[in-house]
Parts: sequence; structure tokens; C-alpha cells
Amino acid sequence: MGLLIDDNRPIFMQIAERIENDIIEEGLLEESQVPSTNQFAVFYQINPATAAKGVNLLVDQGILYKKRGIGMFVAAGARAILMEKRKEQFYEQYVVTMMREADKLGITSEQLTDMIRRGAKE
Amino acid sequence: MSTVVEFNKITKSYGNVTAVNDISFSLDANKIYGLLGRNGAGKTTIMHMITAQLFATSGKLKVFGEHPYENNRVLTQICFIKESQKYPDTFRIIDVLEVSASLFSNWDRDFAFSLINDFNLPLKRRLKKLSRGMLSAVGIVIGLASRAPLTIFDEPYLGLDAVSRSLFYNRLIEDYSEHPRTVVLSTHLIDEVSQLLEHVLVIDNGRLLINEDAEALRGQAITIVGPSSKVEDFISGRNVISREPFGSLVSATVMGNLEQKDRLHAEMLGLEIAPVSLQQLIIHLTNGKSARKEVTMH
Repeated sequence: MGLLIDDNRPIFMQIAERIENDIIEEGLLEESQVPSTNQFAVFYQINPATAAKGVNLLVDQGILYKKRGIGMFVAAGARAILMEKRKEQFYEQYVVTMMREADKLGITSEQLTDMIRRGAKE
Repeated sequence: MSTVVEFNKITKSYGNVTAVNDISFSLDANKIYGLLGRNGAGKTTIMHMITAQLFATSGKLKVFGEHPYENNRVLTQICFIKESQKYPDTFRIIDVLEVSASLFSNWDRDFAFSLINDFNLPLKRRLKKLSRGMLSAVGIVIGLASRAPLTIFDEPYLGLDAVSRSLFYNRLIEDYSEHPRTVVLSTHLIDEVSQLLEHVLVIDNGRLLINEDAEALRGQAITIVGPSSKVEDFISGRNVISREPFGSLVSATVMGNLEQKDRLHAEMLGLEIAPVSLQQLIIHLTNGKSARKEVTMH
């Protein structure tokens, strides 16, 4: 069950990532309300305590904040923080991996630059 | 957090067979537990002791802070759905609902009828005329609508199709979100329920093998595949829980996560790394091949 969630790594991290993606893609705007822990639990078919842990991870990072008695909201400036974080991850995940593979295949940096230009056109 | 069940060094023997061997654990209020393990591991014996249908040979058991045996204060708070519940021959589904309404103080009649509708159950039909799957569905309706502070499902879905099982998980998580209570799910379908669980107890051969938050177990093991000499090299010094040779290759599963440098190292050696799901992890730990005594987490 659960096509949306995989069972190979902690679910609370996957929930946090999904909220982050929503904020980056502006599906969730700053100062707008985030679904409740129970809504996350029912939608993703996960334990509510796990959903709460994912939400709290983002509260600790200042991405979300709690309005007493109302619910969770996206903090002002959250998107900028996340974009910065993702840019660093982009370097680690894509650039470093790409360079390693290019090195293995004997691709020169000129050839690589050409490929990136070609990729940008598509 | 209040404790609902306290199992303190409990052993249950039948003659010289020890079904449950010196087990201690506790269940907190309002969590969903998975009680997992192979057939004959001792799961049902444990559930029978919690529900006061069996006496422990030794050890101390408390349920809601009291001894459960012939104790109405305790037993009225428990709903136990067994794998193959027997009902009186003349009973129709509607009769079972009426009896349940009188037994469980939190019984929700409207919820029960909406579940009957969801599972397409014929209210006026006698239970002995129901299919195996329908009979299981009746148990699930009672277990959910009882809203008992301690609800235990022991393999509740014999003969139940995938659609109905999915419906059960859906309704369970929806209702639990609104009405938290302690739920114990004993099942072999670990992949199906693992996302619902907050905490996992794994019983193996009468002993408690794992007592851990479900989230802490996810990503706790990895499988490494490659030429055997390279794999052996890579896993030396690690906690190896299974090792399967395949021609000149070996597939080894180890506890603990890999750091980035370990991953790069494995990649350079040409090894493949795959994550291990909760179900796979439990299969590795309980398949009887590995000679480990205990599992260490960090």
C-alpha cells in the first residue's frame, strides 16, 4: 500500500520533504495554513504521530510556525530558506555525481560544458 | 504518558514447551503497535494473556494498572478480534452488533452501520451462512466501532480481499486520528500495515527480538550485492544479519546506515546498495538462519 510513501527510509522525513516541495513550487504560499497532522495521516495512510514528527521537523527549522488553537502556517521567508538549502543539495546530488561519472567516461570539461548548453536548449 | 499494558518477565510454558520466554515490554496509551513474528512465535499466547484468557506461568502482568483476570474494570476496556471468532449458530450480523453495543461503553452505532455499508455486509444474514471474508469483515467492524481503549486485532483478515483490507486500514487511520486509542495489530502482512504503526514488537521463538519505534527501524539496514571477496571486504566489522551467496556473488544485509564516504567506497568497489524495508528486515531477523543473539540499534 501507499504509492506515495516508501518504506525504506523514515516516513517523517518524506513528509517534511513533500511539504518543502509544496512550498518551493508555491502550492503552499507563505502565511497560508498547512493541512493538519490528521489530514496528512489520512491522506498518506500513515500514523498521525509520524506525520506530526515530519511537521515538527519543519517547525524546528523555522519553515512552519504554530498559531495556537488554529494550526500550522508557512513562515514568511520560508521559501527563500528552502531554495538556498536545495541549491546546496543540488551541488552535492547532481554536480558532484555528474563530475564523477564524467571522469569515469573520460568526458572533458569542454565536452561537459557543451552538453550542458545543449541540455539547456531542450 | 500512561501505560496500558505492562509485561514483566513473563513466561508461559506448556509442559516442557516454552511458548513465551521471559518477555518484558510495555504498551503506552494511544499508540498503534505492530506485534509481528512468524507462525508459532508466541504472538497469540501474548494476546491471550493480555486479554486474561491464559495465565502466565511466571512473571507479572498488569493491564490498565490492574490484574486482568476476572476483572471487569479491565476487561470492559478491551476489544479482542480473533483470527477465527466463533459466534452462536443462530446469530445474525444485526444480533452481533446489538450484543457488541451492550458490551462496549464507547460503541458508536452510526460508525458501525457505516462500516457495515462500506463492507457490503447483509445485516439479516446468519453468521454461519457468511463467507470467510465476510466473517472477517464482521470482526473488523466490531473492532473499529467498539472504540475500546485497548483494541487488539489478531490476523483479522483471513479470506478478506485486498480492497477490503485497504478499506480497513483507511477506516482505522481515519477513526484513530479522531479517537486515539491503543491498537495492537498482529499480522504477517507487514508491508501493508507498516506505515500505520508507531511502534513495533517482533517476537521470535518465544522471545522479544525487537522493541522499537517503527521510524527508527526504517533505513536501519542495507543490502550490499557484489563479488563475494569485495562484499566480504566491505562488510567486515559490520553487524551482518544475513548473507546469501549467488554464484560468485554475495548479497549481504547489514545493520546501520552508511555514511557518504562509505557509499562512495562501495560505488568504487562496484558494489550495489539497496535499502531494506521493514518487512525485509524482519524476514532477515527471524528466518532462523542467522546466528545472532540480539540486534543492536543505535
